[in-house]
Amino acid sequence: MRYYASLPLSVKVKLPHGIEYDQPTGLFINNEFVPSISGKTFSVISPSTEEEITHVYEAVSEDVDAAVDAAEKAFKNSGWATADPSQRVSGLLKLADLVEEHAEVLASIESLDNGKSLMNARGDIALSAAYYRSCAGWCDKIDGRNINTGSTHLSYTKREPIGVCGQIIPWNFPQLMLSWKLGPALATGNTVVLKTAESTPLSALYLAKLVKEAGIPAGVVNIISGFGKTAGEAIAIHPRIRKVAFTGSTATGRHIMKRAAESNLKKVTLELGGKSPNIVFNDCNVKNAVQNLIVSIFYNSGEVCCAGSRIYCQSGIYDELLSEFKTAIEAVKIGDPFNEATFQGSQTSQQQLDKILGYIEKGKAEGATLVAGGERFGTKGFFIKPTVFGNVTEDMGVVKEEIFGPVVTITKFETVDEVIEKANDSEYGLAAGVHTEDINKAVDVSNRLHAGTVWVNTYSDFHTSVPFGGFNQSGFGREMGTEALDNYTQVKAVRIKISPKSA
Amino acid sequence: MVTDEYPLTVHIKLPNGVEYDQPTGLFINGEFTKSKQGKTFEVVSPSTEEIVCSVYEALEEDVNAAVDAAENAFKNTEWATQDPSVRGRCLLKLADLVEQHAEVLAGIESLDNGKSLFCSRGDVALCSAYFRSCAGYADKVDGRIIDTGSNHLSYTRREPIGVCGQIIPWNFPLLMASWKLGPCLATGNVTVLKTAESTPLSALYLCNLLNEAGFPPGVVNIISGFGKTTGDVIALHPKVRKLAFTGSTATGRHIMKRAAESNLKKVTLELGGKSPNIIFNDADIAKAAQNMIIGIFYNSGEVCCAGSRIYCQSGIYDELLVEFKKAIANLKVGDPFDETTFQGSQTSQLQLDRILNYIDVGKKEGAQLITGGERIGGKGYFIKPTIFGNVHEEMRIVKEEIFGPVVTITKFETVDEVIELANNSEYGLAAGLHTEDINKAIDVSNRLKAGTVWVNTYNDFHSSVPFGGYAQSGIGREMGIEAFDNYTQVKAVRIKIDKKKA
Repeated sequence: MRYYASLPLSVKVKLPHGIEYDQPTGLFINNEFVPSISGKTFSVISPSTEEEITHVYEAVSEDVDAAVDAAEKAFKNSGWATADPSQRVSGLLKLADLVEEHAEVLASIESLDNGKSLMNARGDIALSAAYYRSCAGWCDKIDGRNINTGSTHLSYTKREPIGVCGQIIPWNFPQLMLSWKLGPALATGNTVVLKTAESTPLSALYLAKLVKEAGIPAGVVNIISGFGKTAGEAIAIHPRIRKVAFTGSTATGRHIMKRAAESNLKKVTLELGGKSPNIVFNDCNVKNAVQNLIVSIFYNSGEVCCAGSRIYCQSGIYDELLSEFKTAIEAVKIGDPFNEATFQGSQTSQQQLDKILGYIEKGKAEGATLVAGGERFGTKGFFIKPTVFGNVTEDMGVVKEEIFGPVVTITKFETVDEVIEKANDSEYGLAAGVHTEDINKAVDVSNRLHAGTVWVNTYSDFHTSVPFGGFNQSGFGREMGTEALDNYTQVKAVRIKISPKSA
Repeated sequence: MVTDEYPLTVHIKLPNGVEYDQPTGLFINGEFTKSKQGKTFEVVSPSTEEIVCSVYEALEEDVNAAVDAAENAFKNTEWATQDPSVRGRCLLKLADLVEQHAEVLAGIESLDNGKSLFCSRGDVALCSAYFRSCAGYADKVDGRIIDTGSNHLSYTRREPIGVCGQIIPWNFPLLMASWKLGPCLATGNVTVLKTAESTPLSALYLCNLLNEAGFPPGVVNIISGFGKTTGDVIALHPKVRKLAFTGSTATGRHIMKRAAESNLKKVTLELGGKSPNIIFNDADIAKAAQNMIIGIFYNSGEVCCAGSRIYCQSGIYDELLVEFKKAIANLKVGDPFDETTFQGSQTSQLQLDRILNYIDVGKKEGAQLITGGERIGGKGYFIKPTIFGNVHEEMRIVKEEIFGPVVTITKFETVDEVIELANNSEYGLAAGLHTEDINKAIDVSNRLKAGTVWVNTYNDFHSSVPFGGYAQSGIGREMGIEAFDNYTQVKAVRIKIDKKKA
């Protein structure tokens, strides 16, 4: 880590395909970019080239305090929470429009910083604009209830914002995760201190400019770059943050929840890891199933919390499916994110590359059969070939543990009961896929799977109206759908006793 | 005390002549059993300080047995997957049985907790009403069909979580059991519920009614035990996927940490409070005084949402204080089984000592003792209704939860001032305000940071109205439709449609 005594608050970055833009590097507090109080910065690497892009300022706990102060002031004094909600509607709609206007730049920053293909990045940006727009529509519909308890009382509930919310997002979908956090928090009148992942701070800082342009008042949104152990920790224990939302690993989620309890019992929602089963029945549409398998594990280089990382294929079509799957894999274009034909970009960091390659070695050592891939791709940039392990057993590390890369296991099964038992044998429970043309299996199997989302004849098929989140240790709370708003509101019940007067 | 000779039922004669059979075992899989190590602990009647009986104490192996029974009922019986109206029927029958056994249950509650029969009869009535309300919801836990266009069928299911751990306090033993069991069972979960060690009796009596109501074995398991042993095992248990706790903020914090450390089980907490009760100049003084009495002396002040800080606007301060003292003088404190008693005893020696200590602290801090301030008699844990005046906001008796019949009273001038005073707390459970002016009623209730605001009333619960805390008073809501969210998890299903021509 190098210390820049005076890193400029904006640097010019030239993207590989020629676009140039102004990249903010400061901490976004009170609608302004400021250096960190200590002047500390850290380096940002492009994982598809391993080259340094720039430095950004690094927030530690004193910077978190400054951000919380700004957020608290904005909550109490700016009217964001108490004015007619149409102010929030207009802020979020404008933000959605601005994201769309700046879509190419945002997508490119995402590909540069995260390594994902432009194809993936463009999809993320489109989803994120759609989500801000969807949340905008909620602002003026956060209704309480008028409860009939008889004529002696007026009893009602209000759904009030919580106040200053701490939000910690991961590096796999920086821009999209930003929208999943900001959208519902802002729609319901809260103010936010959001920390990006240290591997991928850039696109959020660019979005911060659009937050200001959208007319969102100063202090409502504060975005800081920093590390988990310092800035993240400061957020988790902060006495004036009343709610923390975290997306990341299960181990860190556990730590965050403990810190929340120890500090001030702040409300917690967690979206954590997964080892999601993808079940293919004999009567599936094989072509569609194969496409869905590809999307489920190789989309976004497998760096997806709900990736379908365990394939269970019914024995009747196992050979045919595997053959089609291998053919489809060969057609997956892996390489330069800025090449329009690329599907799979790089992994996000050296650390991730090493972790995944480690799991590939583990799989081989455990005795699994390498059916495809199994090694790094090229020598510059953190690329890994799409990898399939067959002949696995349920207790192998590659079957039980989350790898978070383009590595999938495939297992044969015979009956419905058998595959449901195997699919559910996990401490995770984030998602599952089912491929069948039979309505009975589609509904019965999806009823019985222990997962927060079940996809039938599709996969990683998100929609802003459909809630997403985990069972078991994949997390609690739901993002998107109407459910997301419950994470950012608290219920106040009011009972007014009526003494009927005759005059 | 270690003995495996203790009977699983003892015959008890209540002070009012009612006789009944008190179960003493652990209720696991539909049966009462002795604890595996044979350990028992004593149950004391706090209004007489006499030993009532002993009950078996659950340790880790007993918790495991209960969890196994619950898990078996969840996975291998139809409880969670059958037509939900069947669950509704069980809860309706339970509500009816509670009403049939109301006098016995109220008597047990007064014996074990020390609260007046007046209070315990109210509790039992609320308890059966709540089971009945939950029964009506069992078949209405709907998911949604979400329109995402014609290419998919997208819907949500609200599924039960599985084995729930529930830990209840000693201030409203039966009522708290109903707040926990009702929504949990209506939504198809199964439970292991631990009562408070001071007050295990009424829940054990309820177990016979559970069987009679038709709940299958293993669906409800009720065990007696201590927090540090039994409670901690539940909080850490890898097969318990959801934990609900009502009790102190300190223990709630510990419980949430255990939940995180073990398996990220979902947690809802209903914790302490130091709720402000605000009287404006234009209040109806007689009613306000009555609501202040209910606010702090009902249930001997052992109420999480007790209105323990009174803020009275200066214009009526003197008049209100006179009314309040008059109303206190009319309060009967004494034998819970005396039909005219309003305020019974505190629940235990521990609580008595704690409250008397706070009274001492108040005096030392320089507060003025306006009335009460001492124990009543030498037998039974009775404390006189106590008011401290001339307090300032930094005093411990103004900041900390005393959990007894002790209230502070402070003068204020303006709306902004009292809202700032009221909100200056890490708690946020409830608040009261007394005014006849519609504007103050609504504006002040908007601005108070509390999960429940009562206007011209206090401790005025209804099973349809959600209850729970802001800030460190807790997480989640009980009663109201919100309670059912604590016991369900959302599964989203998306089925992609291939539009076939034939």
